[in-house]
Amino acid sequence: MLKKLFPMPLHSVLLLIVWLLLNDLSVGHLVLGLILAISIPWVAAPLSDPHARVKKPLHALRYILMVLGDIVVSNFEVAGRILRSNKHLKPGLIALPLDLTGHFPLAVLASTISLTPGTVSVDFSEDMKWLYIHALHVDDEHSLIERIKTRYEAPLREIFAC
Amino acid sequence: MLTTVLMIVSVMVGLALVLNTIRLLIGPSTADRILALDTLYINSIALIVLLGLYFASDMYFESALLIAMLGFVSTAALAKYMLRGDIIE
Amino acid sequence: MIFWLEAFASFLLLTGGVFILIGALGMVKLPDFYTRLHAPTKATTLGIGCILVASVMLHALRGEGLSIQELVISLFLFITAPVSAYMVAKAALQRRTPFKEGTVNEEMSKDILVRRAPKG
Repeated sequence: MLKKLFPMPLHSVLLLIVWLLLNDLSVGHLVLGLILAISIPWVAAPLSDPHARVKKPLHALRYILMVLGDIVVSNFEVAGRILRSNKHLKPGLIALPLDLTGHFPLAVLASTISLTPGTVSVDFSEDMKWLYIHALHVDDEHSLIERIKTRYEAPLREIFAC
Repeated sequence: MLTTVLMIVSVMVGLALVLNTIRLLIGPSTADRILALDTLYINSIALIVLLGLYFASDMYFESALLIAMLGFVSTAALAKYMLRGDIIE
Repeated sequence: MIFWLEAFASFLLLTGGVFILIGALGMVKLPDFYTRLHAPTKATTLGIGCILVASVMLHALRGEGLSIQELVISLFLFITAPVSAYMVAKAALQRRTPFKEGTVNEEMSKDILVRRAPKG
């Protein structure tokens, strides 16, 4: 019964909080926010498919902070490459073998790669075992693959426990 | 001090908009143009936020949020259109 | 105290402006589509992040409370930037947008096109 009324309880709470933050805190907005927070999950619940859940929230927080730090560093790197002459640029495609499974963890990995050091994820292979990456500058293919695997993939496997 | 800084940064972002427009005009591929549009809208969000700070008004954030959402949806739609190549399959 | 906070906000604003400008410069200067893809996903996203953080600080300084809208915008941009980059890159590959000469592993693009595992 309760499950039917609130199919996505966490999302409902989040929706209400975001609604109140975007508008001012008043009774009117509280009522409107509550109505929206309860009714939107009714529509959205059938659309969501089960995916891997975050098993270790603390590790996830550490991962987010690490990625934010990497984003800043990678930006200086990319800015430097942009300002230097094009002649020194050696772009390339790389195939990254994946140990991670599940759609949601893979999406997180692909997004992280796109946001960090000179790499953009292009596509997955059909069997989801390879991720193709375009790198702005390839010095050593293997060390780049190794770096991504240890720095991003390993913690993600731990977080999602898969 | 802050007013001067806001002015300088606005000029920088304006210059960035001009550069993106150049890429939008010279192409050469459709993907380049979509990319230029994508960057243009992100930069315009920056410009709107700067204006909001300059005039000390809250009104600008609503429009910045709207541009952020519509910009993403339009980029996604354009990329999807490019993938199919044709409107009528 | 307030002076230093304002100075820090100004510093953030200037950094953001410089990154946005560098990103736009990269858009014009870089040699092929795939390298240009790097400019907006990184430089521009960080640039706008800096400006939005400065905006949050200045709002708090003016005594208007903590405004969360900027954070929502930056979060949204950080989530959508990789997704749109991925979609545009995929579309460009389908259209056989040419690579810069001397791109490492250029022949791999054929594998990506049919989404099969790389050869060799």
